[in-house]
Amino acid sequence: MELMIIFIAAVFTHNMALTYFLGMCPFIAVSGDLRTAWGMSMAVTFVMTLASAVTWPLYHKLLVPYNVEYLQYVVFILVIAALVQIVEMVIERSSPILYNSMGVFLPLITVNCAILGVTLFMIVRKYTYIESLIYSVGSGIGWGVAILAMAAIREKLRFANVPEGLKGPGITMIIAGLMAMGFMGFAGMLNVQ
Amino acid sequence: MTDQKDSLITIFTRGIIKDNPTFRMALGICSTLAVTNKVANSIAMSLGTTFVIVCSSLSISLMRSFIPRRVRMPIYTIIIATFVVFVDIYLKAFHPDISKQIGPYVGLIITNCIIMGRAESFASGNGPIRAGLDALGVGAGYTVSLLALASIREPLGFGTYLGYTVLGDWWEPWLFMVMPPGAFFVLGVYIWVLRSILPVSDKP
Repeated sequence: MELMIIFIAAVFTHNMALTYFLGMCPFIAVSGDLRTAWGMSMAVTFVMTLASAVTWPLYHKLLVPYNVEYLQYVVFILVIAALVQIVEMVIERSSPILYNSMGVFLPLITVNCAILGVTLFMIVRKYTYIESLIYSVGSGIGWGVAILAMAAIREKLRFANVPEGLKGPGITMIIAGLMAMGFMGFAGMLNVQ
Repeated sequence: MTDQKDSLITIFTRGIIKDNPTFRMALGICSTLAVTNKVANSIAMSLGTTFVIVCSSLSISLMRSFIPRRVRMPIYTIIIATFVVFVDIYLKAFHPDISKQIGPYVGLIITNCIIMGRAESFASGNGPIRAGLDALGVGAGYTVSLLALASIREPLGFGTYLGYTVLGDWWEPWLFMVMPPGAFFVLGVYIWVLRSILPVSDKP
């Protein structure tokens, strides 16, 4: 039950993109059409889960015993960068189809703050290993839901008459605001920190 | 990348207005939105980020001929992460309350695309003086935009500015402004106004 709550919270009430503003750069840059957004959200969920699966033991079994917690940023970002490289190579060799749909987004993910954000938040909130895994899968899905919804709206938006200065990032911000209001509606559903 | 004839002053001022990272190029939005609910947090965040941009640009510019092209990204990331650790430890030691409020977002300076962008597009191809000035300009631009956002959100949302009450008792705090949607709307309107005054020539 506890795990279920963490999962639902990560997807809806504490949505990475719309409540914590993480991964905003790709959220704005890659939400132009639905196909790309789908590839990106898959890649993000995948790397996010792997990253927290690796960083949790590193933090609790290596950094904490030696009292070097302040190195967490350096270690985490290195782990993420290395993971992205490895995943890219493995996918390229093993599954060209998957590589075509997801591969181009992998290098971009290193600088996606949602990944680093998830690993940092799971440390701050003192999740156990299983909880961290559930949390990262949920966060990835939540981020994916947000970017897919945004991409679908922006595809329709091409036919709308948007004021000149508001085109591009401006209107994306306003829509994200409206979506964030919608997601705030979920807040009453659960009561977690 | 850049025209070698650009004067040093142009390099500095470009980052503040013409290429303002947040308003004009929509980079580094995550931290911008997250910390601007209070002016004090925004000041801490923008000073920290400026410090990291300047230091990492300087070091990358000094080391640019030693860094192998193929592995430059991981190296930049490590350099940036090291300076972020400085900022984090400093905040924890001297401003623990601010550090508690902006918490993980300090660490997320690493993935702030402004810094990587400057490293990749400017510092890796220019001397330390030019790179440092450029970084200072971009940092100043980032500071200006954070303050611009926070100066609207904190008074409207809490009725205070830097913690001092400015709007008095009659003001009903507009809680919406300090919640996530308010952040998106204020930034959206800023981008709109600025693009209407100064149209962007090339689409980002």
